[in-house]
Amino acid sequence: MELVVALAIGVLAGSGIWLLLRPRTFQVIIGLSLVSYAVNLFIFGMGRLRVGAPPVLNPDTPDVSAYADPTPQALVLTAIVIGFAMTALFLVVILAARGLTRTDHVDGREGGS
Amino acid sequence: MTFADHLVIAPIVLPTVAAGLMLMLDGRSRNALAAINLISTFALLAIAITLAATAASGEPGTAIRTYRLGDWPAQFGIVLVSDRLSSLMLVLTATLACAALVFSLARWHGVGPYFHPFFQFLLMGLNGAFLTGDVFNLFVFFEVLLAASYGLALYGSGYARVRAGLHYIAINLVASLIFLIGASLIYGSAGTLNMADLAVRVAELGPRDRALLEAGASILGVVFLVKAAMWPLGFWLPGTYAAAGAPVAALFAIMTKVGIYAVLRLGSILTGPETEGSVMFGAGWLTAGGAATIVFAMLGLLASQELGKLAGYAVVISSGTLLAVIGAGDPALVGPALFYLVSSTLAISAFFLLIELVERGRTRVDDVLAVTLEAYGLEGEEEPGEDGDSGIAVPAILAVLGVAFVLCGVLLAGLPPLSGFVAKFAILAAAIGRGEAGVSPDAWLLLVVLLLSGFVTLFAVVRGGMRSFWGPIEREVPHVRIVELAPIAALLFLCVVLTVKAEPAMRFMQATAADLRGSKAYSGAVLAEPVPPPAPPREGGSR
Repeated sequence: MELVVALAIGVLAGSGIWLLLRPRTFQVIIGLSLVSYAVNLFIFGMGRLRVGAPPVLNPDTPDVSAYADPTPQALVLTAIVIGFAMTALFLVVILAARGLTRTDHVDGREGGS
Repeated sequence: MTFADHLVIAPIVLPTVAAGLMLMLDGRSRNALAAINLISTFALLAIAITLAATAASGEPGTAIRTYRLGDWPAQFGIVLVSDRLSSLMLVLTATLACAALVFSLARWHGVGPYFHPFFQFLLMGLNGAFLTGDVFNLFVFFEVLLAASYGLALYGSGYARVRAGLHYIAINLVASLIFLIGASLIYGSAGTLNMADLAVRVAELGPRDRALLEAGASILGVVFLVKAAMWPLGFWLPGTYAAAGAPVAALFAIMTKVGIYAVLRLGSILTGPETEGSVMFGAGWLTAGGAATIVFAMLGLLASQELGKLAGYAVVISSGTLLAVIGAGDPALVGPALFYLVSSTLAISAFFLLIELVERGRTRVDDVLAVTLEAYGLEGEEEPGEDGDSGIAVPAILAVLGVAFVLCGVLLAGLPPLSGFVAKFAILAAAIGRGEAGVSPDAWLLLVVLLLSGFVTLFAVVRGGMRSFWGPIEREVPHVRIVELAPIAALLFLCVVLTVKAEPAMRFMQATAADLRGSKAYSGAVLAEPVPPPAPPREGGSR
């Protein structure tokens, strides 16, 4: 399972970074989303991967080793919320830039330079 | 808990409440918003000064005040920590905020609807980032301040701002994602995100976890260096700052210092005498990077035609100097570096405000004309002798602006007699005087780069000043209101005070640096068991 998760993170991050470096604003924002998925999975992985272990304590099983680490899950939740808000904000700015510059090139003008 | 204990959280709560209140007022009455903003910002200044005074009163290594949110033990909950460094940054932030706000009241706050709420949210994020004692919480406050800064950077709209803002936002979003990777690596290896707890656990880690932790900390370092605009990571800064409105740019002068603060804080936590061996890893990189930053900024200064870009590169020089000095890794250098931080931030902020007034009198066409005139060497061909009765009366306002411009230039370049000189002199004195066996290569590098950057700054500022004040081009006398001059005068006056009172100020900075030397006092104060409240007196004994 570790391999699958690691591959998933790698593929997401790799394609995200590729898109981030593209010149169109749409590609940039999709790239940002992909990288943020990769990062969220990565945070999750930092709490060690466990299957079938609940993160919420249950009074019946006092043994702590039966649980998954809840902290990274809380961190992921925060990161998702913040990332989502920032992506939305960035979209607004991109739309404004599209309106002002009449192009979706990240430099505000077509062409190489 | 007394009222004074709750003061630690006030710099976060107050702007939040103020901003919320403003959002409810919905921008219908701009004066009401301005009034709330003024009250809140000046109250913040008072609170910050109180916190700093408390922090300064104790011996070095003590006087650290912590505030547990919800009174959870520090390892599990979020703590706010107010020590010398935090409170110093709080005071600096509040000072800049007061100046920028007063300046904006003349004209800028009327340009768009949400200036005041953004302003308060930015202050909330900044104060939170300086106060928090938790790495992930630092991330959250970074996001808050960045979100507000996006709004402010675009404030006033327009082609240039949106274009610069697009790059600024994209870079910072990526930096935030990298921050998350670094923070989670630290959690994965050390099992905690609380800075004080981290300082304790670093010493106990095995080699494998240590390697992971150092990787995580380096990744975090990259993020902080993006904020501080170190050389290969700082190309976004001059364009964004030059495009932003004057009061916004003046407040943004503190934002690069957030990165510096974070580097200092995390550096002090991961080193300290008890964790020898992981001494601010990559300190050599910091020096080299800082020096490269300064060189890059010097080239930028020489190439920039607009005053706005010039000020932007001055920000980069200031960051580069700080990074190079901190990276030298000598505790004796940190005190002077902090003095330089305060002095240069005040000066840059004043400079941003000032250039807006200076530029007000000229139009774009004039700028282009000035460049072409210079390029084709036409200036000399002005027909001489036409005004033989020399002496055009210099309007008073131009004289005032000119004097302020000269003062800013002197401060930025580090010429005597103002505080910029004191700061640079103290840095160089500490750098040269530290080794018994002659001057080390690091110190030579610092010496050369610092002196050269001072010279180039002076050159660029003088050139900019000549073009603005003595240029052959017809210009209107800018209309300047006293509300706009007062903040600039106040900032410059603070620099003068810093010069006159250099000795006590430097003593405070040295004490701050001493605090940073070891993490033992810090983690001891933060992780201390809360004193249980005195048990309520038993009732029903003497009936």
